[in-house]
Amino acid sequence: MTRILLTLACLLGPLLSAPAAAQQADAPIQVLLQEHGEIIAESSRRSIGPAIDALADSGMPEAQAVLERWQAKEMWIDAASGLFVFAEEVDRDTLRIFDVATGEDLGEVPDDTYDQLKPNSGIRGMIAAALVRFQLIDPDPTVRATALDAIERDPEASHLSVLRAVKGSDGTPDFLTRVERLERLLTIRFAEEDAERIAAIESFAGDLGVDVRAALNPLVATRLEAAKTMPDGPDIAGRLYPDREGLSAGDAYVLLVDAGLAPPRISGEAQRQALESNIQNGAVAGIEVATLSTQTARDLAYRALAETGAVDPVATEGEVNAALADHVFFARYIGAPPAVAQAAALALGDIGNKVAFNRSLDLALDGISLASIYFLAAIGLAITFGVMGVINMAHGEFIMMGAYTGFVVQQVVPDYTLSIILAIPLAFAVTFAAGVAMERLVIRWLYHRPLETLLATFGVSIALQQLAKNIFGTQARPLTAPGWLDGSLVVNDIVSISYIRIAIFVLAILFLAMFLLVMNRTRLGLEVRAVTQNPRMAASMGINPDRINMLTFGFGSGIAGIAGVAIGLYAKVTSEMGADYIVQSFMTVVVGGVGNIWGTLLGATMVGFLQKGIEWLNPSNTLAAQTYMILFIIFFIQFRPRGIIPLKGRAAEV
Amino acid sequence: MAETTLSTQRAGRKPRFLLADNASVLIFMGLLALFTLGVTVLSEGFGIGVISTSFVKTLGKTLCLCLVALAMDLVWGYCGILSLGHMAFFGLGGYAIGMWLMYARTEIIVTESLAAAALPPTPQEISDGIAAQIFGVVGASEFPPIWAFAHSLPLQLAAVVLVPGLLALVFGWLAFRSRVTGVYLSILTQAMTLALSLYLFQNDSGLRGNNGLSGLQNLPGLGDVPQSTVSLWFFWASALALGLGYLLCVRVVSGKFGSVIRAIRDDESRARFLGYPVEGYKLFIFTLTAILAGIAGALYYPQAGIINPAEIAPIASIYLAVWVAIGGRGRLYGAVIGAAFVSLLSTWFTGGQAPDVSLGFYTIQWVDWWTVLLGLSFVAVTLFAPKGIGGLFDLIADRRHQDRHGADLGPEPGALREKESQV
Repeated sequence: MTRILLTLACLLGPLLSAPAAAQQADAPIQVLLQEHGEIIAESSRRSIGPAIDALADSGMPEAQAVLERWQAKEMWIDAASGLFVFAEEVDRDTLRIFDVATGEDLGEVPDDTYDQLKPNSGIRGMIAAALVRFQLIDPDPTVRATALDAIERDPEASHLSVLRAVKGSDGTPDFLTRVERLERLLTIRFAEEDAERIAAIESFAGDLGVDVRAALNPLVATRLEAAKTMPDGPDIAGRLYPDREGLSAGDAYVLLVDAGLAPPRISGEAQRQALESNIQNGAVAGIEVATLSTQTARDLAYRALAETGAVDPVATEGEVNAALADHVFFARYIGAPPAVAQAAALALGDIGNKVAFNRSLDLALDGISLASIYFLAAIGLAITFGVMGVINMAHGEFIMMGAYTGFVVQQVVPDYTLSIILAIPLAFAVTFAAGVAMERLVIRWLYHRPLETLLATFGVSIALQQLAKNIFGTQARPLTAPGWLDGSLVVNDIVSISYIRIAIFVLAILFLAMFLLVMNRTRLGLEVRAVTQNPRMAASMGINPDRINMLTFGFGSGIAGIAGVAIGLYAKVTSEMGADYIVQSFMTVVVGGVGNIWGTLLGATMVGFLQKGIEWLNPSNTLAAQTYMILFIIFFIQFRPRGIIPLKGRAAEV
Repeated sequence: MAETTLSTQRAGRKPRFLLADNASVLIFMGLLALFTLGVTVLSEGFGIGVISTSFVKTLGKTLCLCLVALAMDLVWGYCGILSLGHMAFFGLGGYAIGMWLMYARTEIIVTESLAAAALPPTPQEISDGIAAQIFGVVGASEFPPIWAFAHSLPLQLAAVVLVPGLLALVFGWLAFRSRVTGVYLSILTQAMTLALSLYLFQNDSGLRGNNGLSGLQNLPGLGDVPQSTVSLWFFWASALALGLGYLLCVRVVSGKFGSVIRAIRDDESRARFLGYPVEGYKLFIFTLTAILAGIAGALYYPQAGIINPAEIAPIASIYLAVWVAIGGRGRLYGAVIGAAFVSLLSTWFTGGQAPDVSLGFYTIQWVDWWTVLLGLSFVAVTLFAPKGIGGLFDLIADRRHQDRHGADLGPEPGALREKESQV
């Protein structure tokens, strides 16, 4: 049946009077399209604006369909009658056309007399922007949300009225909140009345959103100007002085030159070229070329040239200074009317204070997380160095060993969560064994010879580091965190902290608790403390100091291994990662005070906060931050050579 | 000299000459002179050409390393201060001379290129041109303030001595004054070294960041002299510096002064209670050795041709301690032997010349495994041969002291012994 009809239509199509005749040429939407027919047909991005605006603003229900199908390249124009139709290509030569006003199927026609409108991507973008208003009232919530996203990305003045219309309508509270906020933002940018804009600006006082600052910043834009006397007026943002903050003397003079208030100056390069092009018989304006090897001589020669009229006269240093002293420099608001600009400046100041507060909060969080990392790296060292008095330069390599254990486990166990859970005890076991082996083989021969312990453990350190390089290569190996540690906890646009850092912080707290528990509540801890305080007395009480030393050293090394897994999650695993932490770890222990876990905690906090604080002062340069931090620590040790919490009594003399 | 003479006279002994007290000094000086002569005769520049110019440079650099090892031995082996910062002083000396070398050579290049211009260049243009040449690589075009004296050889030569010396003086004064000793001092000096190298790694440090200073092997104004000749000049200078440095160190460690610093090493508190200004002695030794290290560095880097902050990294200073420990600390020739032996061996192993060892299932490539071997042998030396290679000479001379009990803790006869230290 359909096929017969189709065939009929094809056969009869050319014979029938043009189906376009059946179109409603007087439908309001068609009339509107006809009004802009020429520019629509021209399809040029520069001229198409009014047509799209007229359609979007027409308030006609059909406008949305027209815009959508135009955007989809489904609108054609009948070259004969000049009427617009929707059309679908049936095959190469045949079109099925529909009425623009009613969408009514007008049958199939040959495409000879029809031209397709082919809006380019620029025009399609403009149509999309115009369509947003229709999408905002779309029943589908995802469409509405997408429309809001589009407005946020690329707001236009025309969106304001749409948003205001939508504001009062129904919708989920989330949607309405977004609409309301966006409406205020657009009011700031596009509203006609200053009072409206100021009210909107004031409504954002203290808001931390980046979008608010983005909306306000253009309003307080200023232009530097120069004049003989300070002008009056509300649009003057403030006076600037040459050669002080914000305006160099050179820039100020350029302002004067641009404003036609002073003659230009000449650069050394331009002066040289001018002189070179005026060399005659080995002299410039009668001055020997050979003598022009100083700036003064060149200035004289140029002056002489200017007097002959060969070059333009330029200002001398004295004239420049006089001109600078003669004029005032000021900034003028150009982004908005003065009242709005002042309100924006006020709001920005208010927001700035709040931003600064939140930044310091964020900085404090960063400091805490860095402190936890240092604490983790240093806690094992605090045990071996602090409790036993043994310098272990290979501590960093134990951290590395733990991290590589984690890496190897991840090669075997593909599930990230499970592999981390396995890696932590395994890393402890591996480094515990390495620590015990090192204590038995090397360190126990060197008690009471701390400097030589330092050297011997350093030998172990370079051997282990090179060994890791030989086994795992020089490139960084990844230690991937489980998925639930990805992302970060976002408090607002400024304060956020990644879950990995929180996990490291929690781990640090756990270690502290574990250390306190072991040292204060277990038999082992009691014996360790006894051996630390007086090995001979402890031995005569039946404690085996050799065994205790071995276990303590193993315990400290094992903790370094776990710290390695944690640090590996946060940074890359390389054979040199231990060396990166060893000096900071020693600093942490020394600053905190040897032999006291609270001291180590304080030391880590101080070192972490200090480093973040210095980085904040000079954010572009973490190297400088580390340099200054180390310098600070060196000075700190001058005043508290035994750390924040020094050992007291007899133990201090060991 | 007068003080020594006085004190020995007071003790009722005949005054003796420095060399007569130390037979080893004569032997050392003789060997050094023979070695210098031998290398000269065998070199390409002045001799029959058996030794290549690059190897002459390696030998010259090794002599400089021996000099800094000598300084390390003085401060550590004799005074008991395990400084992990002497390679930083060494590097500072290198930077100081490198600044002049680079400035003067660039000045010649820039002046030549500007001479072609129609107008004679102004001093400002020359200076701008040099700055652009030197600092273009770090995106700057102006001289940082620390280059204020780079144009003057005498001033930069003074800086070779003054910069490491002043740094050591200030650092040592701060550290010794607050009684930072032992491992704490080692860690503190290591921190200083790390801070310095991190600072130099920055592009805005004024010393070209991690690019360092390069082209130092070309002496300004002597472009026509072939490298084979220049390398020998530096070789002689290094040998001379080592010889003079050795004499200076011998002078310092002999006599009363030497006894006092050894006393400080063995028991600082006891020395202090005996009334010696321990801090002053330590500060003097620390600063003196820093200056020696700076001079060694100033001779080393023109032969190496390039200096960058990696050379100052803490690891370098630790290697210095390794050399001295392996050579045998507490005896000056031990430091020289250690530095020469280990650094030449390192060059040989890491240069890829050492034959690989095939184990059937695995081939040991020394480029990879040399550091492991070095680390482990270092542990072994510390544990089993605290006197290092120098200890072998004791076996030959059979200079064992039977007067005290327990094994030696230090390599020096009379050092604190194990049994006594536990009291």
